[in-house]
Amino acid sequence: MNSVTVRALLVRGMLAGLAAGLLAFGLAYLIGEPGVNAGIAFEDSRSHEHGVEVVSRAMQSTAGLATAVLIFGTAVGGIATLAFCFALGRIGPFGARATAALVAAGAFVTVCLVPFLKYPANPPGASDPDTVGQRTILYFGMIALSVLVAIGLIIIGRRLAGRLGNGNAALATAIGCTAVIAAAMAFLPAVNETPKDFPATVLWQFRLASLGIQALLWAAFGVIFGFLAERVLQPHPTRSAQGATEVPGTA
Amino acid sequence: MAHSATAPSPLSTPVTAKLPNKLPIRAILPWAAFFGLLMLVLLYFVGAEQGATSLFSGSGVHEWVHDGRHLLGFPCH
Ligand SMILES: [Zn+2]
Repeated sequence: MNSVTVRALLVRGMLAGLAAGLLAFGLAYLIGEPGVNAGIAFEDSRSHEHGVEVVSRAMQSTAGLATAVLIFGTAVGGIATLAFCFALGRIGPFGARATAALVAAGAFVTVCLVPFLKYPANPPGASDPDTVGQRTILYFGMIALSVLVAIGLIIIGRRLAGRLGNGNAALATAIGCTAVIAAAMAFLPAVNETPKDFPATVLWQFRLASLGIQALLWAAFGVIFGFLAERVLQPHPTRSAQGATEVPGTA
Repeated sequence: MAHSATAPSPLSTPVTAKLPNKLPIRAILPWAAFFGLLMLVLLYFVGAEQGATSLFSGSGVHEWVHDGRHLLGFPCH
């Protein structure tokens, strides 16, 4: 029965992630693509050698972008749902909706915001293509570290809560984790590769757009999945929740 | 982090009838192992394939998801 519940939640979590990805794609197309195009225009103005275009810009900015954001939404939706399954009833007296909102907010901070503070998103032309290997290791390393610290925060916070009370325990662990993250950021190598004449407005707006896209994706996931999870976990007596996978049209 | 993750929590939260039950760890783990890995593979193809490392030759995957890779914050060019 419980395994069935996990499966039902996982299906809904991935669908919620897909729906959130759809919204995020819309926002990415509207506010993100101008920055991508401006970055490519900057690149083209510096070098006049054009490689063979494997995928046209028209496809990259529409179907390609949609593929990436929808797969990303579905995948992080699945992972966040697994985190939700562990968190439910274990992080405090929260119901399904509140737990979903907390997991989504925590995931946004942990896998997006914290890594962003050290290694922010960059438009095309703002990085050295030859260092992509090193930058990838640093970026994923920063995410892994952030996730480990977040898990540590939850474990230590739960232990301290018994002794210090919930408020003090939350404060103490938050300060401790901020200190660990800040120390790690101070020691990890910086990546400062943006060409001197790269337009600052493009860089700033691209990064803001990137954060906005992630914020929308996680917020939408938290709301949609919370709604769906509540129906799985507290089935209405008059309505059979078995079998049918209900998806809301849009949020 | 020297603390053991498996120790039982000293904290017993007051359970009201409306709150959902905990899901047993044993029921979650098989799903977490399989789907967690599957989701990470998907994220790898969106975020890193044919960038830092390549499972497939060429640049078709990279070019197809290229704009999303930049806008979602992954390192690219
Ligand atoms: Zn690129």
